[in-house]
Amino acid sequence: MSLLVTFGVNGQIASVEVSPWKRLLDVLREDLHLTGTKEGCGEGECGACTVLLDGVPVNSCLVAAGQCDGRAVTTVEGLARGSAAEPLLHAVQRELVARGGAQCGICTPGIAVCAAHLCESGALVGASDPRAKVRELLAGNICRCTGYQLVVDAVIAAALPDGESAEDGAGDGGRGDGGAR
Amino acid sequence: MTGYLRPTSLADAVAARAAHPDWLVLAGGTDLMVNAPHRPVPAGIVDLWGCAELRGIARDGETLRLGAGTTWLDVVQSALVAAHAPILGAAAREIGAPQIQARGTIGGNVATSSPVGDSLPVLLALDATLGLASPRGRRVVPYRDFATGYRTTSLDADELIAAVVVPVPDAATRLSWRKVGTRAAQSISKVMAAAAIHVEDGVIAWARFGLGAVAARPIRAAAAEAAAAGRPADEATARAVADALAGEIRPITDVRSAADYRLEVAQALLVRFVLNAGRS
Amino acid sequence: MHTPSGGSVGKSLPRVDGVAKVTGAAHYLDDLVVPRLRHGVTVRSTVAHGTFDGLDLDPAFDWSQITVVTADHLGWGQGLAAGGLGQNHIAMLDTDQPALVPVGGRIKHVDEPLALIAAPTRALALAARAHARPRQTAQPAVLAIDDALRAEVKLYGDDNVFKQFLIRKGHATDDELEAAMAGADRVLEGTYHTGAQEQMYIEPQAMMATLDGGIMRIAGSMQCPYYVHKAMKVLLGCDAEQVVVTQTVTGGGFGGKEEYPSMLAAHCALLAQASGAPVKMVYDRDADIAATTKRHPSRVHHRLGLRADGTIAAIDVDVIFDGGAYLTLSPVVLSRGVLHAAGPYRCDVVRVRGRAVATNHPPHGAFRGFGAPQTTFAYERQLAKAARVLGVAPWDHRDRLALRPGDTTATGQVLERSVGTDDVLRAIREAAGPPPTRDGTNRHGAPVRRGRGHAFYFHGAGFTGSGEQRLAGRATVVARPDGTFEVLASSTDMGQGAITIFTQLAAEALGVPPEQVRVPDPATDHVPDSGPTVASRTCMVVGGLVDRAARTLRLRVEAWADAAGIKGDLATRAAAMIAAMIERGGGDLVGGGVAETVQYEPPPGIHWDDATYTGQAYPCYGWAGCLVDVEVDLDTREVSLLRCVHAVDVGRAINPVIVRGQIEGGTVQALGWAVLESVVYRDGKVANASMTNCIVPTFADVPDLETIIVECPYPYGPSGAKGVGEIPMDGPAAAVANALEDALGVPFDRLPILPEDIARALRPGGGAGGAGGGAA
Repeated sequence: MSLLVTFGVNGQIASVEVSPWKRLLDVLREDLHLTGTKEGCGEGECGACTVLLDGVPVNSCLVAAGQCDGRAVTTVEGLARGSAAEPLLHAVQRELVARGGAQCGICTPGIAVCAAHLCESGALVGASDPRAKVRELLAGNICRCTGYQLVVDAVIAAALPDGESAEDGAGDGGRGDGGAR
Repeated sequence: MTGYLRPTSLADAVAARAAHPDWLVLAGGTDLMVNAPHRPVPAGIVDLWGCAELRGIARDGETLRLGAGTTWLDVVQSALVAAHAPILGAAAREIGAPQIQARGTIGGNVATSSPVGDSLPVLLALDATLGLASPRGRRVVPYRDFATGYRTTSLDADELIAAVVVPVPDAATRLSWRKVGTRAAQSISKVMAAAAIHVEDGVIAWARFGLGAVAARPIRAAAAEAAAAGRPADEATARAVADALAGEIRPITDVRSAADYRLEVAQALLVRFVLNAGRS
Repeated sequence: MHTPSGGSVGKSLPRVDGVAKVTGAAHYLDDLVVPRLRHGVTVRSTVAHGTFDGLDLDPAFDWSQITVVTADHLGWGQGLAAGGLGQNHIAMLDTDQPALVPVGGRIKHVDEPLALIAAPTRALALAARAHARPRQTAQPAVLAIDDALRAEVKLYGDDNVFKQFLIRKGHATDDELEAAMAGADRVLEGTYHTGAQEQMYIEPQAMMATLDGGIMRIAGSMQCPYYVHKAMKVLLGCDAEQVVVTQTVTGGGFGGKEEYPSMLAAHCALLAQASGAPVKMVYDRDADIAATTKRHPSRVHHRLGLRADGTIAAIDVDVIFDGGAYLTLSPVVLSRGVLHAAGPYRCDVVRVRGRAVATNHPPHGAFRGFGAPQTTFAYERQLAKAARVLGVAPWDHRDRLALRPGDTTATGQVLERSVGTDDVLRAIREAAGPPPTRDGTNRHGAPVRRGRGHAFYFHGAGFTGSGEQRLAGRATVVARPDGTFEVLASSTDMGQGAITIFTQLAAEALGVPPEQVRVPDPATDHVPDSGPTVASRTCMVVGGLVDRAARTLRLRVEAWADAAGIKGDLATRAAAMIAAMIERGGGDLVGGGVAETVQYEPPPGIHWDDATYTGQAYPCYGWAGCLVDVEVDLDTREVSLLRCVHAVDVGRAINPVIVRGQIEGGTVQALGWAVLESVVYRDGKVANASMTNCIVPTFADVPDLETIIVECPYPYGPSGAKGVGEIPMDGPAAAVANALEDALGVPFDRLPILPEDIARALRPGGGAGGAGGGAA
């Protein structure tokens, strides 16, 4: 049977008639044409499909459509404000661009969603080792391009904009001199 | 096509399960939805995710009661768990990654009963019990009798897991936990060990060792426990525990690890637990 | 330093595709919406070696909406124009690999494509596949290098050798080599093994084909549109104009989307032709891991003849790569492996032999480093062992022996310029700091042992020998009437930043702001063939073409404008020039603009002899040093990477942040290869074909990386740039192995080094495999 599933997506109400077994990932991509959420493995392993479900990062490949009824989903498309032509980027998005935290970009939506949650939950505030905390909280998002360093720099800069990021490892990312010698 | 029921109470859940014994009972989906497009489409789904009655952690006398739908994130964030069953919190923190912890449930881990289920050795070491519910009523079973073989349990066809109940250990009980996985996070276990060791005046009164990924199901290491009981928590006892363990487990070689390594590391973990218990 | 106008080079311009990628607006192949689309899946072999006897379709299944293709009953030889096809093989270097094994034909590996299925939905395609059963007859398979060399079962030619190379320096015969080796005071001998490695780009292989008015349009995730184009011409039996290949936004490649996309494009094209509808194929992760190319497993035997004073009297290396079932790119991978096998060290007598052999594994192929990581692992393990037996500090030892300007490589190439040895070694020694405390306890109360390892290496940038001349890559820069400038090149951005680098180089050369420069998606009907996006050549070679085309265009526009008395910025002057050309009929316009196309010209003095493998193997080299500190948990044998310092000479960093991203990404792939990443073959099948079991490093597995960009400019690269893509992959694994030997006192000569291997090595009578040289 098809099930009518009504849920919030990026602040708007969406209703779809789908199999309850359909993955949230496929509902987003196929029924709602929100293709920013990517499939990297279908196993809950890579995190490219990460969305917020009721404000918490989850792998949308492991969520059944029926389980979303009455809930709120945020995808990467919901992070920025402004228009598609002139997006006002979320701080995490801005820093990922500025500091080289996105390369091929296929893992980036998942990382951006997870990192935005990390910023907004205040998980890094007061953390004794913010870089280690970022690595722990983003460990469900696999990136094969960056070696993670510049992503960590970007997330720290977005989450702790007032100076704690000044000590970011070797991070000169985005400041333009790149440590060239 | 797929039927779908979303009970909001345990009673409704039990009724739904009884009415549709062939339907998939789904909670967080972190196991049952892996590679979903390649799985047979279930006849129907009994979705427990929205069943608030099944979710939550409470102190109940000398026990902690965790609803079966309690997520690992709930466990990680629980002050009760941190205070009374810290090794359960430690295990929860090492399950998958935050996305998995937000969805995976303790009841799901118990029901799936994978030999690499990350909380299961902890439940063995803590001597947890399970609250099971069916139209026939409720029963309480010790967790140590629940897993019967490779991904098989003694759960009846019309039963649901309602709660996991963990006795609060006393101050003389040393708790230990270690997961040895394929990598630092988002990893499948190669060897897991958990221990509750009751130490009085430097002597081990009793010990419970729970092990994972070394047999077809999570197991208690009875011979190793016997080798520890009544002995001082020292090097000689630790060696005796390791020797006893070698006699009672036969780990396998698979794509993730090797039999000899698994045995060696399981021994090393128990040795460390015994020595740490003696030191603290 | 920076020119006032333009001034883009050397700055960390945010990547031009960055906003699209962080907002989810970038469209990868699987994001495209196409009417009437059908979804393709592959029916694969389950035996490693045997015959394909036919495909049984379950009569109980409803096949009415399904297209099934096997290699039979297709119009091979008739050509696309006649509604048929060309030849059933994937044109790369050889013709041995079929697009589909024909019925009655030979299956050479597990997960080889036997048939194709397309359906209106993916679910239906998967359901249909479950009802299609290939009949196969198994034969004995060749699954080990020694079995391949015995050639009792013949897979390729009479000897199962796809390709062999012999490099001789300073001697003419084997006897002379042995005499030189005998003259050494000590010979260190070791055998080194490395395993297959999965590229694990996060976007799986993805492709689409549409037959549209007699033209086959291919779009997808790929590194090399013209490789796919060439393969499609042969497969379809058509002219160049009848195939258009377009790269879509590509979610990582690392070599894994160098040759395999031709196979996937072939399958999409066969299904598109058979079904009359557009067909998309996006691999499941499991299939991608199981069926597509990986890094070649290797066995390298290395003899290092040392004089009493520590200098090298002779080097003898024997390299064997497991090429898998088909030739694919193995000869070229092997070539780069042998050319780097002697390492960046002075030695007058060098012999390197190399063979790539056929087995019944799925074909191994391109992966970042391209043969060099395997041989680098061997020589840097040997160098570490030499330093230990000689009692010399690791960097001192390498400093003393490393190549400098005026020295010659194994192929007799005299290094003249851009040799980063001194700068790299100085930088990394300055950053090194004290070694870690040897013993300690970790948070579990377990004892730990720590150690430090070093590695020094080089990597040739660009194609080997006269490859770039043969390739004769081209690039175009166009001034458009709307005031923008377009860079047209077939080099793809797969995440490494090519289009941002091209933007910066063009902006610099044109003297315009980077916002005025665009780099459209490469499509073979729109961009010239700049050569493939491989071999650390995109910035140095193709970037050089972009730079030269832009400069030529600028001069032409300025000359015209000066003569015509037109003032203003370049865009204004170009617009005036275009308007004037339109008035004259517009015959000279390209795409409505003024265009300049340039072709590769070799730097002066490049000589290479393919027959003797002597001469200038590469126009220049990158140089790198890596230092790794490790900690081993003695209870569990788990390895923690405490520090990784990596100094890499890139010539000139056009965009320092992008360069850092390249170095750090490569470093983590190398660290993963060292201690985590393992492809487990069982009976020729990848037994761990899932992302859960075929693991790569997460955020939590690597330390903060200490990256040092060293700049020893290469005068023939754009603004001095040379290659950076591959070199970071070459050496860190050896540094890890050297650190583990330092920590534990036993040699580790086999990659990956998993806790299980460490446990084995530390057991009484253990040994980490390989004949561990003279290490104490």
